[in-house]
Amino acid sequence: MDFIAKYLPYLLAGISVGGQYALIAIGYTMVYGILRLINFAHADIFMVAGFIMVYASASMPIYLSIPLVIVLTVVLGFVVERVAYKPLRSAPRMSVMISAIGVSYLLQNTAWYVTGGLAKVYPTIPWISDTVTFMGCTTKRVTFITPVLTILLVVILVLLIKYTKIGIAMRAVSKDFETSQLMGIKINTVISMTFIIGSFLAAVGSLLYFSNYATVTPTIGAMPGLKAFVAAVFGGIGSIPGAVIGAFIIGICENFIKAAGLTTFSDAFTFALLIVVLIVKPNGIFGESTSEKV
Amino acid sequence: MKKTTKNIIYIALLLLIFALSYVVDIIAPYSMLVTVLRKGAVYALVAVSMNLLNGFTGLFSLGQAGFMLLGAYTYAIFTIPTAVRESVYYYYEGGIINFQMNMILAMLLAGVVAAIFAYLIGLPVLKLKSDYLAIATLGFAEIVRALAQWDGFGKITNGSNLLKKFPVLDNTTQYFLIVAICIAVIAMLIHSTYGRAFKAIRDDEIAAQAMGINLARHEQLSFVISAFFAGIGGALLAIFQTTVQANAFKSAMTYEILLIVVIGGIGSITGSILGSFLFIACSEWWLRFLDEPMFIGTFQVPLLRTGFRMVVFSVIIMIVVLFFRRGIMGDKEFSLDRIAKLFRKKAKGDKK
Amino acid sequence: MKRIIALALACLMVLACFAGCGSKKADDVIYIGIYEPASGDNGAGGKQETLGIQYANTLVNTVTLGGKEYKIELVEVDNQSSTDKAISAASQLVSKGCSIVLGSYGSGVSIAAADTFANAKIPAIGCSCTNPAVTDGNEYYYRICYLDPFQGTVLANYAFEEKGETAYVLAQLGDDYSVGLATSFQSAYEALGGKVVYETFPEGTSDFTAYITSAKNAGADVMFAPTSTTSASLIISQAASNGAEYALMAGDTWESSVILDAAKGTNLDVSVSTFFDENDDTAAGKEFVTGFKAWLNANPDKLTNNGGNDIVAAVSALGFDGYMTAVEAIKAADSADSQAVADALGGVVYTGVTGEIKFDEIGDAVRNLAYIKTVDTVNGAFVFGKIQTIAD
Repeated sequence: MDFIAKYLPYLLAGISVGGQYALIAIGYTMVYGILRLINFAHADIFMVAGFIMVYASASMPIYLSIPLVIVLTVVLGFVVERVAYKPLRSAPRMSVMISAIGVSYLLQNTAWYVTGGLAKVYPTIPWISDTVTFMGCTTKRVTFITPVLTILLVVILVLLIKYTKIGIAMRAVSKDFETSQLMGIKINTVISMTFIIGSFLAAVGSLLYFSNYATVTPTIGAMPGLKAFVAAVFGGIGSIPGAVIGAFIIGICENFIKAAGLTTFSDAFTFALLIVVLIVKPNGIFGESTSEKV
Repeated sequence: MKKTTKNIIYIALLLLIFALSYVVDIIAPYSMLVTVLRKGAVYALVAVSMNLLNGFTGLFSLGQAGFMLLGAYTYAIFTIPTAVRESVYYYYEGGIINFQMNMILAMLLAGVVAAIFAYLIGLPVLKLKSDYLAIATLGFAEIVRALAQWDGFGKITNGSNLLKKFPVLDNTTQYFLIVAICIAVIAMLIHSTYGRAFKAIRDDEIAAQAMGINLARHEQLSFVISAFFAGIGGALLAIFQTTVQANAFKSAMTYEILLIVVIGGIGSITGSILGSFLFIACSEWWLRFLDEPMFIGTFQVPLLRTGFRMVVFSVIIMIVVLFFRRGIMGDKEFSLDRIAKLFRKKAKGDKK
Repeated sequence: MKRIIALALACLMVLACFAGCGSKKADDVIYIGIYEPASGDNGAGGKQETLGIQYANTLVNTVTLGGKEYKIELVEVDNQSSTDKAISAASQLVSKGCSIVLGSYGSGVSIAAADTFANAKIPAIGCSCTNPAVTDGNEYYYRICYLDPFQGTVLANYAFEEKGETAYVLAQLGDDYSVGLATSFQSAYEALGGKVVYETFPEGTSDFTAYITSAKNAGADVMFAPTSTTSASLIISQAASNGAEYALMAGDTWESSVILDAAKGTNLDVSVSTFFDENDDTAAGKEFVTGFKAWLNANPDKLTNNGGNDIVAAVSALGFDGYMTAVEAIKAADSADSQAVADALGGVVYTGVTGEIKFDEIGDAVRNLAYIKTVDTVNGAFVFGKIQTIAD
């Protein structure tokens, strides 16, 4: 019992933060699956979603601001793709990646300008931010909601990709970009859809993440973003279930490393893991053949 | 134009630049211009070293900040005078290094340390291709940053605290001289057989291999040399800042250098140099007025307040990235012939 | 299309170049530089310190040197609470030709810029930076507040006497203020016979639950976390939601309305040490508090910078004293030349709202008392605890 009381909080924190990484990681993995692009701006879309919530909730009730956050984030993801990535479709992959870095730079600087560079306090969302006690350890309700909601969303997403028309089109595009174009698939619609789904999940992720850690700053996206990306690589980039499992593993490991008193290494560990995975098994733990590729 | 006259003009231009850097220190020692020239020179070196890798060899690496950190720390650690070590290593009883190195030697050592790390990390990482290589090197830079901040190395690295009080350069000409020598070495390398092999690898790996170029060895070489100069660049950055802290070497720094390379033109040395001075001048100096409220008569220009500078700046960068993908120079170098051609064209145009 | 954009960009550059070179210094103006963070982790505190300086400037904005009246103008730069932005902010002040510089909130940025000011022979007065390394070995940097070894000892005494014998110390990696104060606290607390568990967190951390749990598992009676206010509000809210039963303590940075907002409505025990108390009963203190409040309430944007209320932060009082000390130094030098001001500054003795300021040979004001305040979590206000001094 004493053992549980001692270590359960770390596990809970790990699972919860893992779920939030997972929601971001899906955005990375789907975009990479289709465009072969590391969307560096994705982490900043997550950050902007946080700021939209801060400003929206100041002027309207929570039940209006939550849908507004999701809609605006999705629109942002869509616009970023249309403006910054679509014109470069025929350009070398490096140019698109540089464009993504440029967008990330722009979003961070704009957020800095709008907020004056100061940290903003995230609003408290009733019910999910309430404190609950579980097996002798106290935590926020969002800790339990996150993994459940994450898994639910992932299941829906996998079904969507497996059975709907747009899902089948996505799979086709990720298998062979040009052939699917020749077969009459509207490439741009598929790509936009990918960005819309990715941004939607990032918005949900940001709602959960900032309910737990209630401060938003212009550079807040960087670390969760990088870790989510590592999770995507770890699980086999392009694979949705892989990314989710990778995210949970990273979230939990990170918290136990902190528990062991090696806090300096909690970030370093994530990146060391990245390099090892890339070298030993570049296709990730759940290599291409066994899992769904988007 | 004859080759000798051209060479004379080039040398004259170079001398002019050095003379100007000397004069600036005398006329306006504390002006923003001096800051821009010094920082611009440092970034020029780092940008050229990144260009060697990304532009000339076609290896997309994002580890530059990590190598700069290694260089900056090596330089700082070995040149802090023994007399002030007690106060710098305040939390670590003066550290364990009890000697001071010569500045130039320490700078070279900074490059060597970065190069050794590059060699070691290159062994596994260079097997990866394009964006996988990019993220692996990015990860490496983050690991280096975390290790430099670790308490366990505190007696050497001063933990996460500032390193300071090391000797610095006190005039702009010295910055220019060191940077010019380093860039000249890189330029000579690019024009050697090695450089041609690098370009061949960039343009077509398989064809290069078929021509008998040892791919792994040349990629390794390019990676190590790039890191060597990034290390020296890091040492110079430490000198420019007068203090150094691991915290500053985030991935954002690598991104900035990458943007400089893109603005200047991927695959152009003079482009990177120009790009670097433009980038630093815009971000530090020319656009500053956007950060302050401005009045035309009694009308206050809207939007102008702290941070607007960086928004405008990033919009400019996006425009360059999207519409001027070749940057200022493309993959061409600055040359008198091209300028002469440009003038001739204009003259012809006027006649018509 | 491309040509038009290229042309527009080129025009913008030329325009910017003119704007960049355009400003020239007037003859009868003295510049005092404000080197403070207005953004980043320490932005909120930096703004409050700047407010104190600005308020002082509204009271005394001219000085007569050699029979000629000079106007004093403030030049503000934002060091963004980051040591790598510090140099460019500092060189901006240098290029403006400031006679003297005030700041900064946060010791790390002050240490980073110290040599830039020294090389340009411009004196600087640190208003609230407590790390010894700011002034140590730098003849141009002075300071008017107390130092970490003092503050750490004061807090350790208080923690050991009032809270218990096991402390969990949490500092931010790479932040000289945080690490400096934490180390001073640790050595003082251990000298008293207490047990310390020391941990650090990297910059940009937002998940503190692991640390809060570790503190609990270590059986801590008190968590000492001298951090920026940004991290502080995260620590407080997560400590509350994870049911922390130990007391929370920190140094001067936590005396901020950010802390009050975070701690309000929780059942935490939070206490801080600080330089000045709003209910100070000296004449100078009272005058400053009433004047400052009236000034804040008359300027809505200043009120916003203060965190939306008119609670007087200790750093504002220090900013006020810093400015007044700088003016005294300029008067004593009878010149606007920065080197002359630097020479005169060491000999200045000034009695301000935070007490007497007199520099020792290192350049630190001699200070021997600190105020301990606790947070009233029901009303969201600071309650004066006690004045703590240490015997030499």
